[in-house]
Amino acid sequence: MSHASKSAIFARIRAANGHRSGDPLAEWESIPRDYRTCGALGFEDRIKLFDERIRHYDGTPFYSTGDIAADLANVLSERRKHHLVVPLEFPQSWLPAGFSFTRDENLSKQQLDIVDGVLTTCTLGIALTGTVVLESSPQQGRRAATLIPDYHLCVLRKDDIVELVPEAIRRLEPIKDRPLTFFSGPSATVDIEMTRVRGVHGPRTLDILLV
Amino acid sequence: MSVHVGNAESAPPFPEAAHNALGDRQLRANVRNATDLIQAKRNRMTGELPDWEQLRSAGQAIKTHTLRHLDFYLEQFEENVTHAGGHVHWAADADEADQIVTRIVQDRQGREVIKVKTMTSNEIRLNEYLEQNGITPHETDLADLIVQLGNQSPSHIVVPALHINRTQVRDIFRAKLPLPELGIENLTDDPSQLAEAARLYLRQKFLSVDIGISGANFAVADTGGVVIVESEGNGRMCLTLPDVLISVVGIEKIVPTFQDLEVFLQLLPRSATGERMNPYNSLWTGVTPGDGPSEFHVVLLDNGRTQVLLNREGRDALNCIRCGACLNVCPVYHQTGGHAYGSVYQGPIGAIITPQLQSLEHSRTLPFASSLCGACYDVCPVKINIPEILIQLRGEIVRDEQSSAGGKLKIENLGMHALALFFSHSGLMSKAEAMARFAQRSFIHGGVITDLPGMLRGWTESRDLMPIPKTSFRHWWKAHGKESAE
Amino acid sequence: MRISLFITCYNDLLFPDTGIAVVNLLERLGHSVIFRSAQTCCGQMHYNTGYQRETIPLVRKFADIFRDDEIIVCPSSSCVAMIRDHYEKVALLADDATLVAKVKEIVPRVFEFTELLTDRFELEDVGAYYPHKVAYHPSCHGLRMLRLGDRPIRLLRHVEGIELVDLLNSTECCGFGGTFAVKNAETSSAMLQDKIRCILDTGAEVCTAADNSCLMHIFGGLHRQKQPVKTVHLAQILAATRKYAQ
Repeated sequence: MSHASKSAIFARIRAANGHRSGDPLAEWESIPRDYRTCGALGFEDRIKLFDERIRHYDGTPFYSTGDIAADLANVLSERRKHHLVVPLEFPQSWLPAGFSFTRDENLSKQQLDIVDGVLTTCTLGIALTGTVVLESSPQQGRRAATLIPDYHLCVLRKDDIVELVPEAIRRLEPIKDRPLTFFSGPSATVDIEMTRVRGVHGPRTLDILLV
Repeated sequence: MSVHVGNAESAPPFPEAAHNALGDRQLRANVRNATDLIQAKRNRMTGELPDWEQLRSAGQAIKTHTLRHLDFYLEQFEENVTHAGGHVHWAADADEADQIVTRIVQDRQGREVIKVKTMTSNEIRLNEYLEQNGITPHETDLADLIVQLGNQSPSHIVVPALHINRTQVRDIFRAKLPLPELGIENLTDDPSQLAEAARLYLRQKFLSVDIGISGANFAVADTGGVVIVESEGNGRMCLTLPDVLISVVGIEKIVPTFQDLEVFLQLLPRSATGERMNPYNSLWTGVTPGDGPSEFHVVLLDNGRTQVLLNREGRDALNCIRCGACLNVCPVYHQTGGHAYGSVYQGPIGAIITPQLQSLEHSRTLPFASSLCGACYDVCPVKINIPEILIQLRGEIVRDEQSSAGGKLKIENLGMHALALFFSHSGLMSKAEAMARFAQRSFIHGGVITDLPGMLRGWTESRDLMPIPKTSFRHWWKAHGKESAE
Repeated sequence: MRISLFITCYNDLLFPDTGIAVVNLLERLGHSVIFRSAQTCCGQMHYNTGYQRETIPLVRKFADIFRDDEIIVCPSSSCVAMIRDHYEKVALLADDATLVAKVKEIVPRVFEFTELLTDRFELEDVGAYYPHKVAYHPSCHGLRMLRLGDRPIRLLRHVEGIELVDLLNSTECCGFGGTFAVKNAETSSAMLQDKIRCILDTGAEVCTAADNSCLMHIFGGLHRQKQPVKTVHLAQILAATRKYAQ
């Protein structure tokens, strides 16, 4: 049944488009793209912009002192988070003592539901929009792990911050068929009278440690 | 083939539906407040970008190009989804799509499904079909949940509960949510509290229901990837936690490449909610072992879209990325809200897509529900020339009516033809003017016309009209001995 | 210069004073005006209402009547928009290559009234005197289709004695929309009501625009509500002088 429908649909598409000659790929190449594809900001300004934009959407940036484990310990203490999930290959040396970390060995939804939060690295950040991008990987974890817990602490390298969205997309090209999640601040809704309300589903607090 | 666009085929004509909406002061206030707010944010965020116009041009070019080669890209998409472990199904119309989705759920003995916001599912009336087959669909978008619990229908593409204010939401939740079970007493109308109530209620569903249904904002041909753009996180819940995921995707959602997302992920959030980026974008391809559903289905839907492709100008309506900016800026929508359009798709875009999907057999009053002010065209992120398409559709409807004897004899048609005749022959113009001056006499009271007959009655219900002046311009010109040129 | 006036059907019949003002002003500025009496209508109402075929003879007529005129001025942005945006389409619909060529040739010679003054004559001060409080309503065709921008405002600012007040939500449609005003009368009225409220909030004595279609609509509501605010076409304000009050 589905195959008959496919043929019918394609027949109608072809009838509507006429018999076009023309290579779609060549035509696609020639689409004018006059929007910005390259940022103009220097390194420091990029970080500053990222900081400002992350805060605008209620994410909180922290800055590394150089000792990542100590930095993470400070943030977690400040936030009073004690028991966190970490992806399988999150660097062991970054995990501070005095907290409880559980490796995500296929934890159940219910197990993810009872931890204080999740700690991951991430792929890149976008300064203009205050966005952090995660890919599904052993260092960054599965998507469920950054979804069910209420708190997400993310380690982002300053070198991995780009200015513009096109720069980010082009950097992601090699891994474009992996599950990717873009985070721009914690969960929010404007569905009730257009009033932005924080935290419906997904982590209600997003912290980023910049290293 | 049975194309359905929600319940549009049985919707009342726009003027009638508008009458009801216009009488609802609360609705109009809610709509006005909400659209003013989004518009202000949208203007700020698009004004911020120095390359906004270039992005719009690129968006238009990419979409138009895709439609021209739609078969090529759909083929590519299917190949890549299948290669990545997903299943692709093709649905010629709404009924077929409903059947395919239901069959997949039944094959897994599913009794409940969790749904991410998708207007496509409203278009094909999926919830009703599932319920008829003993399957309970749970809407998980806050607005869709409010609308579902309140037994209403969505009134806006992006913020479907825009017509409902906080007090009304509170009342709906009090009536329909198991508040004591959720540990909530004395629910107020504070939006944070309301959102929290919804969060607790839905969380139970997310952690237990095994089948998720979504739509798609974009379907990427060169990867077989699907993109969901959202704010709340319920999308992520439905896309990653269940075992089985079914995405119902209109064939026009295809974009050629992953790279093209660099354009649309800028155009959409700024236009839709006035944000630089919405909180969550989820992109995935097929099935990823160990992460997310172990079974993924895409149902590619026609349901009249190939019909729309036949219209040379009207097909641009398929470029729409569902941002809702045209609704927010439309002065007609401001007054009537979305329900008056009688369709899943409302406002300016609704007025051009709804009748076209149905081959102009229904929703024929929608193309006339516009003053052609052009504000929608100015804000459309992919530059759909909505006013132009409205005029074209009006032309098709008029020509269709003129093709029947009854249609030819309609007063409007006769009147328009008579006018065209007068305008074609300047000799007749003067005579026509004299006739009009004579005919108006009985309608002038106290120096003004307050009561016109027939089709023109609508004007004088709320507006006066000055009588035709004694001397027309051409008579003044002649009388002043001015040189008359032929 | 010799300026050919396209008065438009509804101005001819309902708002002759606007045409008279245009003539007076142009003559005052030292130009001569000609009026081709064979002219009738641009066809916009038919075109927009779906009677596109029926506008073919009107386009032919326009192209024929004005074929020799170097400058054609029209005090109605909606009519100019019809000519600029749609005449070629109608000629193509008629499948008439000669007509297409004629249209392409004549369209650049058609000017909306404020365009003529600011672009062609490079004027902003036309020596007008109009000591009243005035609110300017930008009609949709002028604003979005012709992109008149601030031309009307620049002209109004230089009028001696005028007090220009800002209109809130000025770019929102007044609700006329041609046959829309009748086919969707209730919605049209609701839109008008919002526009009127904004006008009344300014305390203006006069509401002006570059289009009498909008003004006819706005006046209709104001008068029904017994409001004293007058509606006056922009041309009439610009034509007013100390000697010849409008």
